[in-house]
Parts: sequence; structure tokens; C-alpha cells
Amino acid sequence: MTDAIISVRDLHKWYSGVHALKGVTLDFRRGEALGLVGDNGAGKSTLINILSGVHRADNGEIKVEGRAVSIATPRDAMDLGIETIYQYNSMVPTMSIARNLFIGREPTRFSILGVGILDQKKMAEESVRAIANVDLHLRSPDALVGELSGGQRQGVAIARAMHFKSKVMILDEPTNHLSVKETNKVIGFVRGLKEQGVTGVFISHNMHHVFDCCDRIVAMARGEIVLDKRIEDTSIDEVHSVL
Amino acid sequence: MRLEIKYRSLSLKRLFKTYLEKPELAGLILLVLLIILFQVRSHGVFLNQDNLRGILGILPEAGLVAIGVTILMISGEFDLSVGSVFALMPMTMAVLMVHGWPFPLALLAGLLVSAAIGYINGYVTIRFAIPSFITTLGMLFMARSLTVVVSGGFPPLLPADLPNWLFTSFVGPGNMFRMSFLWFVAVALLTSLMLSRTNFGNWIKATGGFLPAAAAMGIPTARVKIVCFMLCSVLSGFAGMLQVLRLGSPLPSIGEGMELQAVASAVIGGASLAGGIGTVMGGIIGTTLIRVIDNGLVLSHVDANWFKFAIGFLTIFAVVANAWMRKRAKAIKMEG
Repeated sequence: MTDAIISVRDLHKWYSGVHALKGVTLDFRRGEALGLVGDNGAGKSTLINILSGVHRADNGEIKVEGRAVSIATPRDAMDLGIETIYQYNSMVPTMSIARNLFIGREPTRFSILGVGILDQKKMAEESVRAIANVDLHLRSPDALVGELSGGQRQGVAIARAMHFKSKVMILDEPTNHLSVKETNKVIGFVRGLKEQGVTGVFISHNMHHVFDCCDRIVAMARGEIVLDKRIEDTSIDEVHSVL
Repeated sequence: MRLEIKYRSLSLKRLFKTYLEKPELAGLILLVLLIILFQVRSHGVFLNQDNLRGILGILPEAGLVAIGVTILMISGEFDLSVGSVFALMPMTMAVLMVHGWPFPLALLAGLLVSAAIGYINGYVTIRFAIPSFITTLGMLFMARSLTVVVSGGFPPLLPADLPNWLFTSFVGPGNMFRMSFLWFVAVALLTSLMLSRTNFGNWIKATGGFLPAAAAMGIPTARVKIVCFMLCSVLSGFAGMLQVLRLGSPLPSIGEGMELQAVASAVIGGASLAGGIGTVMGGIIGTTLIRVIDNGLVLSHVDANWFKFAIGFLTIFAVVANAWMRKRAKAIKMEG
């Protein structure tokens, strides 16, 4: 239990009368790639939204590296090292790669009340390095994100999370709407997280994708965890049978 | 040798692509063409000193409004109340000065009223999640009505000792510019830098470009939008004051129809109604284009009633041209 980077205890969430999370208790272990599966409405998105600061739990406790924390905004989650990459990706298509990498965390040369002059040189240099670090081959950090393919965008989002030294990376349906080749690339990214010591949480409808890159699988149904096993101790059929 | 040629054509291609991606390019090309056309049609009168003085004297008023509207559009919102704020701000000042307030205090009060209207526009739009088109359409009527009500039906008389030297006097070589032009240039530079060189500018573009991503990255999108609403209102109010000082009388009807011309300016300058795309320079080019057409048609002895036709045509044409150029730019694939 000591190696848990995030531990949640007895988490509850109601949405206008609907009990979406019914006392979820779960440890996310350091450096582990965890696959979170479940049907629509099973509660996995609710759980993730609470961890990434989009919603707040009505009841329960969250500890990050052993410390009880309160995650009220996406910014709080990011400051705790929890980065979420959403299905409808977290990039602004009308902005350049370099600008996207630093949205909300722009390096400034000086600032008054949080508003300041951008350090564009630093942004250009660091974005080149960040992109190269995830083995993404892009021509220039000045290219617009709108011109990238879906897989490349997920790659940039992962590069951003790596660059800001996030400890936990939550990937919410990152392979939706991607071609087979691009999907393999994203699965490769998730496998690569472990080498970098980053904990990955991979949410997907596609059981094959999860079994391809995760160490452990957690299945949810009707707001509860119904299965929590290491990949080698279970099978796709068993997971399907509990959902 | 061959490698060098290849490299050069590659960098030319990149340059070409970069320029095609600039949203204000279509407007700029049109502006240059129209200036040449009017210069020829008016037998050289268009670019003479007196005529330029006239254009540059009015430009700041519409230009400041267009800057505000452009920035707000980049953040993904819309303001139809600018024309009414344009009238309400100087009317507030005039009424206060009639009651003995000194100019600086009245100016401050007028700017605060403008800022408050911007705040209400933004707060109501975001709090109740309604389109800003509706909020500011309502505000268009309310602020106009307030203007007439506070005026009491008669435009108040402005005091004689106004600091016109600071706002409307002619300055520069050959008395080419009004002081208002210098204010305009300063605001244009500052807002342009804000948009392209500060983290706040990055937040504005991200908020308008794709709101869910901006919010997920921790940008206070509601606050960003409200600040843009306030900036837009304050610039419109300030521009209205410049016009009243130039005309010497606070008419309650000034600025009528200005909201749509400001949107046309922003759009001709490449700003996208969907948000995220646009530049301050584009808004200024759009405004200049409208002023040039207004003036040029008269000088070319064309029936002045064609003015609105020209603006309408231009708005549609510029957007079509921009969309086409963006597509062309996207089609130019850079290898490597």
C-alpha cells in the first residue's frame, strides 16, 4: 500500500439524484499502467473527472503520495502532477504546437498579477525538446495543431504532460476515432510511460487496447468496482462477463 | 548547388504558407487595390494631404471600437452594444460636467460606466449560458435608452474649457493628425502586444479557439471573457468621447449602426465569428477599408448610396477569400 501514488477511499458522487459513484476505493500504484474499463455510465468518467478537478466528490477522501488533498479545479490537479488527456483532445486547433504546449503555464519574462510577457525563445526551445522526447516527428513547433492528425495531437498532449513532469497521466479514450496505425502509436506512448516512471491511467472501451499496454485492469459497473486484477491473472472474457 | 536551390524553394514555400495563414492578408491586399483605384478615379485627389487628414481624423473613432470588437470576437464572444455605449459614455460625461464635475472626474465616471456595461454583458452571458448576441442586443436597446433618458431630451451644452489639445487638436508635420490618432496608435500597439506577446493573449486565443481545452488546462475562461467584454466597452466609450469632442456636442444618436460596421471591420480583417482567429491589425485594416470606401466613393463621384452595398459585398468577399487562402495554406505540406 505504501507505493500508492493516488489512493481514493469511499468516494461518492450524486448527479441530481443519480448515485454515480457508490463508494469507490482504489489505489493507483506508482509506475503502473492501469486500464480502467466499463460501459457508458459505469462511473469511470465520474471518477476521472473528480481526480482531474472537473467535478468534486460529495463524499470520500483522496490522498496523493500519502497526503490528503482537495482537488477543486483542473489547475489543482495539474499542480499535484495529475494530467488528463481527454477524448476530444485538450489542444486548441487554431494555435501552434508551441503555444498549445504551454497553455495556462506559459513561461514569462516578468509578470504583474500573473499577467506577463511571454518568453517566446524558451517556449520554442522547450517545445522542440518536449516533442523530440516522446519520439514524435514534427516539422516545426510553429505548425498549427489543427493541421496534425489525431494521433499526432495525442502525442503532443502526452509530450506536454511529460514536459511538466506529471506523475499521473490519465488518458480518457485516447484511441477513439484514430486509425489502426495511430492507435498503435498511442499504445506505444502508454507503454513508454512506465520507462519514464509515470503512472498511466488508460480508459477505453476497447478491451484489446487495454490488454495491449496495461499492467492491471480495473472494471467498473453501476458506480462500483467489480473487478481489479493484474493482466496476467485475468482475460478479456472474464472482464466482459463482469460488465 | 542543387541542394541550395532546393533549400531556397523550401524556405520560399514556407514563407508563402506563413503569409497565406495570416488572417489579415485578404483585407490588406483589398485595401492597397482600392487605394490605387480611388487615387486613379479621383485624379489624384484621394491621397492628397487634405483628404488624408480627413480620413485620419475620423479613423480612430471607428478603429478603437473595431479593436475592442475584434479582441472580443477572438475570445469567442460578440458585442452589439458598442454603438450605444459609444453614445452613453460621452453623454454621461456631458451631464456630469453640466452638474459641475471637472473633466478628469467625468472622464473617469464615463469609463467606469462603460466598464460596468461590459461587465454586465459578460457576467450575464456566462452566468446564464446564453449567446452574447442576445445579451448585447438587449444592452444595445437599454444603453441607447439610458443615453436619451439622462440627456433629458436635449443634448447638454459642453463647457468651453475642454482639454481638446489632448484629444482632438491637429498635430504633427503639416498638422496631419489629430491627437486622437496618437491615442489610437498607442491603444493599437498595446492591445496588439497583449494579444501576441503576453500569456493573457494566449488565454484569449485558447478560450475562443477551443473552450473545453482551455478550461481543462486551467485557464479561467469566464474571467478572460469578462475582461474582453469590459475592454471592448471601455474602448467604445472612449471612442464615443473622441467623437463628441470632435463634433463639440453630445448627440444621443451617435454610434447608431456602428456595431455592425465594427463586426464587418473585424471580419474583413480576418477575425473568425467562431473565435480563436484574428488580429488587432486585421481589425484596423478592416476599419480603414470601410473609411477608404466611404471617402473614395464620394471622391469618384459615385452615388453615395452605394456605400452600404460596397461594405456588404466586401464583408462576404473577404470571408470567402480568407477561407480559400486558409485552405490553400493547409494544402501546402511542408516535408521534414
